Amino acid sequence: MRKVKDGPVSQAPADAPTPGMSKSARMWRRLRDNHPFLIMIFPAVLIVFLFNYLPIYGVLIAFQDFMPGDPIFGEYTQWVGFKNFTRFFTDVQFWPLMKNTFLLCIIGFVIGFPLPIIISLMLNAMKSKRMSKVLQTIFNGPHFISLVVLVGMLTLFFGRYGLVNNIAAHFGGERVSYFLESSAFRPLYILSSNWQDFGWSAIIYIAALSNVDLGQHEAAILDGASRFQRVIHVDLPAIMPMISVMLIMSIGGLMGVGYEKVLLMMTDGNLEVSEIIATYVYKQGLTGVPNQSYATAIGLFNSIINVILLIIANTTSKKFSENSLW
Amino acid sequence: MSVKAATKRAPIRLSAGDKVFYAINTVFLTLMAIIVIYPLYFIVIASISDPDAVLGGQVILYPVQITMAGFKRILQETSIWRGYLNTIIYTGLTVILSLVVTIPAGWGLSRKTIPGKKFWMIYFIIPMFFGGGLIPFYNVMSSLGLINNIWAIVLPSILSVWNLFMTKTFFETSIPDGLVEAAKIDGAGEYRVFTSLVLPLSKAILAVMALYYAIGQWNSYFNAMIFLQDENMYPLQLVLKEILIASESTVGGSGETILEQFRLANQIKYVSVIVSSVPVLLLYPFVQKYFSQGVMIGSLKG
Repeated sequence: MRKVKDGPVSQAPADAPTPGMSKSARMWRRLRDNHPFLIMIFPAVLIVFLFNYLPIYGVLIAFQDFMPGDPIFGEYTQWVGFKNFTRFFTDVQFWPLMKNTFLLCIIGFVIGFPLPIIISLMLNAMKSKRMSKVLQTIFNGPHFISLVVLVGMLTLFFGRYGLVNNIAAHFGGERVSYFLESSAFRPLYILSSNWQDFGWSAIIYIAALSNVDLGQHEAAILDGASRFQRVIHVDLPAIMPMISVMLIMSIGGLMGVGYEKVLLMMTDGNLEVSEIIATYVYKQGLTGVPNQSYATAIGLFNSIINVILLIIANTTSKKFSENSLW
Repeated sequence: MSVKAATKRAPIRLSAGDKVFYAINTVFLTLMAIIVIYPLYFIVIASISDPDAVLGGQVILYPVQITMAGFKRILQETSIWRGYLNTIIYTGLTVILSLVVTIPAGWGLSRKTIPGKKFWMIYFIIPMFFGGGLIPFYNVMSSLGLINNIWAIVLPSILSVWNLFMTKTFFETSIPDGLVEAAKIDGAGEYRVFTSLVLPLSKAILAVMALYYAIGQWNSYFNAMIFLQDENMYPLQLVLKEILIASESTVGGSGETILEQFRLANQIKYVSVIVSSVPVLLLYPFVQKYFSQGVMIGSLKG
């Protein structure tokens, strides 16, 4: 396979050092031989530039009094420093928004993070492999239901004329629209998210579990370990590295809760708990009388918290184990 | 007979503790399966039952007074079918363009000799963890003239950085270097290697990517909601949003008229959930293997 090295000069790997060539000549040669790769990634580079990097540049309006339609560096641009940020910190909505965002994320995380791990361990420990496969297929299904349909289904089950109320009314109970009740918002949001994605999130652990060394299991059986003990002392340690990576990733994405779903579930009745930072950004920036600079500042604040959380999670994980993203 | 089969498979007799463990395990997972399936099953039986029976709480385990009235009515809902057509167009365009963008880029990035490899990696990783946010994104789309334009739905969806890295990992792990080198000795250029050697060996990743992008576009509503004003351009999910959700949040007042409205509207809701999910659900059993393959490709690198 490595015969290439003995081939004619023109077939040699482009980055092989050729004696007698200057550094820049070698660089040019490498560029010439490998430019097709640059052409192949060009469309992707362009798309990311347009839809990811241009908006990052557009974040500058958070430090301005920006009027929609104006250029970012224009004649009349008014730079206002951190005014939009201090305005948000003193906004009466600030603490409720922080509380709603954090509670929704943290409760969702506390339930949603361990559940797929437990499910994958249980599926892996089933006696019948065929039944385990069938169950996996069932558990993955809801992942493909759209958010609109999922929230639509929630209204069909928990709305005023939904299944729960129909049964309650049948037995003479009062009809209650759970969509208008603040107290029902978080449970409905979190349980439905878990219903939809616990199976899908388990796949990655199931894949890791399928690589566990059978010898370890046999040794544990000889030592008289029960199946449950083997789950705890063989299976769980085997997926620990995967668990730490997923932990870092989900802490980094903690504040990026699915605001698209929150928006769908939001009603006048549950507004006091369903309004989170991301939905507030949407409302401030794109509805009513838009206040784009203010909304951008709030969004930027949210992203920065996210990046800080990610860095903290990664550093901590690096310190206590050898697992980290970078 | 089942005892015999069991002993054949497991020569070591199970301890009492293990028997309990397996029993609890099976019961718990079966319960989870019921929790997953029942809501979907209920939608199906409610859609073909008499609306009064559904409202009366009689439809729980099986359909009551089977009727196809809901399906007949939805045939006349032009907005749904227009949405359907729009979504098919958007999804088709997204899938084609996303493959054209993602697959070559994944191949290029997977090559060690690509100039500036480290720079490009960082270039694509940053957007995974940091973005400008909603408003700057909206302004960019607006300056590109994409408001109320179908390309506002398609273009931002044709590249997901996650999918790009998944493709890159696939190429790194499943196309042997020796094969590429052999093709080059035979005189193939980089483009030729890609089209004649790499692509034919990449059916799995092509399928996974096509499916990921297709499902993503089929199920999305948010970009359409903020960028499209013309209702004739609405994708299916946005039409469904009006039908399924809008009425719940605006419910006020009381009286028989509202109940009557709900009686009719509810059946349409059950039916429209089914009609809109049919393509995805029909595909699901066939493609679920590919989907989980995709997750595993992505997880190889951890």
